[in-house]
Amino acid sequence: MSAEAVTADLDHTADDHGHEEHATTTGLSHTKLAMWVFLGSECLLFGGLISTYLLYKTRGNGRTLPTDVFDIPFTSVSSFVLLMSSLTMVLALSAVTRGEAEAGRTWLLATALLGGVFIGGQVYEFTAFVREGVAFTTNPASSAFFTLTGFHGVHVSLGIVMLMSLFVASLKGKLTQRNAETVEIVGLYWHFVDIVWIFIFTVIYLIPAD
Amino acid sequence: MSDTATSEHPEHSEPEAAEHHDEHHGEGHAHPSDWAYVKIAVVLAAITALEVFTYFESVVDWGVALVPSLIFMMVVKFYLVATWFMHLRFDSKLFGRMFTAGLVLAAGVYLVTLTVFEFWV
Repeated sequence: MSAEAVTADLDHTADDHGHEEHATTTGLSHTKLAMWVFLGSECLLFGGLISTYLLYKTRGNGRTLPTDVFDIPFTSVSSFVLLMSSLTMVLALSAVTRGEAEAGRTWLLATALLGGVFIGGQVYEFTAFVREGVAFTTNPASSAFFTLTGFHGVHVSLGIVMLMSLFVASLKGKLTQRNAETVEIVGLYWHFVDIVWIFIFTVIYLIPAD
Repeated sequence: MSDTATSEHPEHSEPEAAEHHDEHHGEGHAHPSDWAYVKIAVVLAAITALEVFTYFESVVDWGVALVPSLIFMMVVKFYLVATWFMHLRFDSKLFGRMFTAGLVLAAGVYLVTLTVFEFWV
């Protein structure tokens, strides 16, 4: 075995349970650490967007505010769907870690489908808002609302793309116990997107505007 | 679904397995069972139902307790997802610190922006 091959093997090995051993300076997976740093930076992005909405939410310039057209029962169902997708995601990771490829695939697909239902709900909600006179440029409040929820929707959509990539990799037999950490990293992203929605649902939708 | 207390680890007992992994790469891997995840999801769903219930003022008037109650329920949901589903409870503390740093900075950005709008404009 060449020196490079031995080094590569030492840098990234896995035991029989998908738990990778990391010959890194921290003893931790740097990929996972990088994901956590990224998620920390994402807190700043969404913190800025949420702050902007909170500061502008009553600035309607005499026109309809987003809070006037909220459909709380509908959004509650969407929130529940996204919350349950976090469960299916963690079950996917659990299955892949145990080496149960088929179960892992099923849960990954379920997570992507639940994410799709959430996005479908968001598209419906946006369409209904525009029909009721609240569009992106209606007033500062609507601009801030659509920017915040739109950015969140883009994050969910990217998550669905990542989940489907894992699903396809699993179909090709490339997603095994050995690379369960890849599923964990995508899972971290997905749970973060869920956490952001937990915040948005309470602060933007449920807490009264005045 | 696995219904054991932690992930299966044939050649080590659970505490031994966790210790073995901690020793080698500082990451606890004694993740909970699938059943534990389902129980957490049920708690999350129940809290969400309670949150939605507050919207229907005709049923119960929460009065001044509304906003603090909603924030409390949000924090509990946030904590449960971060610690159980994102495994912060079981993984290295460094991961949690990275995430907390982002959260604290985000809260700081909001507070600073708020003071700008309240006192400087």
